[in-house]
Formats: sequence, structure tokens, C-alpha cells
Amino acid sequence: MTLRVRVIPCLDVAAGRVVKGTRFVDLVDEGDPPTLAERYAREGADEIVYLDIAATPAGRGTFLDVVERTARRVFIPLTVGGGVRSVPEMRAVLRAGADKVSLNTVAVRQPALVRRCARAFGSQAVVVAIDARRRASATGWEVVVRGGREPTGLDAVAWAAAAAELGAGELLVTSMDRDGTRSGFETDLLRAVSDVVPVPVIASGGAATPTDFIAAARDGGATGLLAASVFHRGLLAIDDVKDALAAAGIPVRASGRAA
Amino acid sequence: MTTIAVVDYGAGNLVSIEQALAAAGARTVRLRAARPVEADGLVVPGVGSAGSAIARLARRGLDATIRSWVDDGRPYLGICLGLQLLFESSEEEDVRLLGMLPGRVVRLASAPRLPHIGWNQVALRERHALFDGIEDGTDFYFVHSYAVATGGGVLGMTEYGVSFASAVAVGSVAGVQFHPERSGRDGLRLLANFVGIAARASGRSAARPVEEVA
Repeated sequence: MTLRVRVIPCLDVAAGRVVKGTRFVDLVDEGDPPTLAERYAREGADEIVYLDIAATPAGRGTFLDVVERTARRVFIPLTVGGGVRSVPEMRAVLRAGADKVSLNTVAVRQPALVRRCARAFGSQAVVVAIDARRRASATGWEVVVRGGREPTGLDAVAWAAAAAELGAGELLVTSMDRDGTRSGFETDLLRAVSDVVPVPVIASGGAATPTDFIAAARDGGATGLLAASVFHRGLLAIDDVKDALAAAGIPVRASGRAA
Repeated sequence: MTTIAVVDYGAGNLVSIEQALAAAGARTVRLRAARPVEADGLVVPGVGSAGSAIARLARRGLDATIRSWVDDGRPYLGICLGLQLLFESSEEEDVRLLGMLPGRVVRLASAPRLPHIGWNQVALRERHALFDGIEDGTDFYFVHSYAVATGGGVLGMTEYGVSFASAVAVGSVAGVQFHPERSGRDGLRLLANFVGIAARASGRSAARPVEEVA
């Protein structure tokens, strides 16, 4: 018996729709987040992540409605990122049916919010998302915020340790160098973070092949493996990834096909 | 229709447990304050810390409601913290719990990483109606750092650095350390089994067969 490594599709949502087009021609509405989330759950996804990429106050009601419609039909864990800047805003997302909220830029700006959210809802509900970029002139990685637009000067590994100390129950670590490049997860970054924090680390950014997922788990020490476009574009099925992980001796939950 | 009361003490996500119970064929009502419970079964969900949960329950008088429900031998399902609350005490903030089952909730100190987050297997020790149609070794979704090591009434055990009791049943009281509402098809089946137990205890017809919901 052992804890499984998780395979996690991530959906970018704006104006109530999945952005970054998918290629599931058999879905009646492939742009509807709950429809796509349900499909992934059926195919063996271990969790789902939604990112509210617009995160405008005006669009918030629409987004929370998407979360609620998802919670009504998808019975695996749902993490929601984007748009939460306070304890009441986090409460609204959890009340809509999310299990966890991920905090990114706001956590860097107001680290105390991580602690307040963890006190209010428990660490298990608080994910701190860290976008990191390799430093050009020095070793290590720098935290960038606002979707990669703004460097902070913070060391990503030190910030990861601090975030766990503040009460984050999980860290979602994205390599901005790899994100969207399909050149594989940045395993050095993942290893550096997973070595210093006691909480689970979710790998993100760069997934292309099943081998990349194996490397993130085995070499990077990640226990969650997140990807978006490779799943949405049908380049990989959840099954392909899980079969490869299992063949490499990494424990995974039986996929949709096997079940 | 079978009615399940879900105890609401102001912590987190009740939507998923209510929706999962609805998918399992039950009508749900929220129980926010101490009053007579008009339901066939009681579900106590919960994540977060045991200390704040017990304080919130006590503030609303819901601890007494739970006690009398259990004392009356009526069907109870505790989920995660809702299971832990039944024991005597917790190492977390060294708090006294409801003390309806013997045992102490302890931190999973030898675990590789905490919280224990993700899918892990439940090795069944005993057969119970709660696990009808669920195979030994089935994966369920866990999110916690504390658990009871072992004790009486253990139905299932799970391993994460150490073995702990992941499913317990004593008389009409049952509890699971994992989240059936977040455990896909097998989780819905477990909830449908509980709805069935509650229906039979009230002499109602059984819940909708799980094949229709999963």
C-alpha cells in the first residue's frame, strides 16, 4: 500500500469558458469547464485545477458559477487559483465547492494572508503557487509574479520554504522557462524545492512526453504532476501518462481505462 | 426519500458532500444549530484542525446534538475530522474530543510528507455494509495530517509511513479518514451504502442503486 503520485489536468478559465482550445471533437461543448473536467475525471485524472486567468471582479460571479456547476458533477478534488485576495474571497470559492485555493501573487505581496487562510480553513485547503524563472547571472531561481510579468528578486526555493512555514499545505511550482515550451518539467527546480519543504510539491510547466512526468516524480520529488495543453490537445491521454509512470515503478491509481 | 442531515459548523466546502449524497440518492438538509434532527442519517464532514472544529461545534450546541444522536443508536458517518471528533483526544493542540470511541488521534509523525494528500489504499479488515461492492485495496482520496493508529471497530487500514485506521465502525457509528465525496465512483458507492444503511434503520426503502449514479 502506498500513496499514489497524482496526475492533474489544469484548465484555464475566462468568462466561464476553457481558453486554450481543446480538441475533443466528441464533446458537445468542449469549452465548458465542467464538461471537460468530468471527462478528465472519467479518464482517471486524480484532481482538477482551474485557473481564473481573467480574475476580474466583474467576471467573478460567472467563475464561481463554473466552480459550483463542476462540484455538482465532478467527484474528485478541485483546486481553484486566481482572484482570491482575502479570507472572505477564499471562503466564497470553498463555499462554491472547491476543495483548495491556490494563492500566487497575493501570497508574495501579503505572506500573512497564507497564514490567515490556513488558520481559517486548514493548511490542506491552501496551495501556494510559485512561478519561478532561472536567474541569468547567478545560480538558482527567482520568483516572478503577475503571470510572469514582474520579477520579485525573491529566491524561489527560500520562498517555497517560507510559504510552507506560513501554512501552505501544498506548493504548485511552475517553471516559467519551461511553461508552454514542451521541453519537460524543470526537475532541478522541483528537487531543490522538494528537498527543503515538508509538504507535497506539484510540478508544473513544460510537460510533453510521459518520460517528463516520470522525471518530475523520480528526479524532482514531485507527488503531483500538472499539465494543460498536452491533455487538452489530445497529445497525451491521462492513461498514457499513468501507464508510463506505473511501468517506471511509480505508484499511480488505476486509470479510467483499467477501472 | 432518505434524508441525510449534514452538520454545518462553518468550516469549508459542504457543496461537494451534499452533491455527492444527492448523487447517491439522498435528500440533504443542513444542520447549523442544536435542534431535533429530522433525518435518517447524520453526516459530519470536516477538514482543518480538531481544536477549532470542537470549539465551533460546542459554540452552536452541536456537540450535544451529535452525542444524543449517537447515544440513540442512529446512523452516523464521520468524514475525516468528523471521524476524529468521536475519539477521546487529539495530539493536535492537545484537545479533548467527544470521547464516544476509545482512542487518541495522533500526528502521522513518520510520514514522508505532511499533509497526507492524495489517493491511497484501504485494506479491509472486516466486511461491513459501508463497503458493499467495494474491493479490498480500493483507492480513496485523503487530506489530513492526523489519524487514529488503531483500536476497536477498525474496518480498514491505510499506510503512509505508519499504519492508521482509515475506516471504523462501532454499532451505528461509522467513520472514514478519507473523503468519499472526493473519491470518484467508489466514494459515491460508499455514500450510497451509508444512505442505504440509514434508510433501513428508518424502515424506508433502499437508496437508488449506485449503478445509476456512478
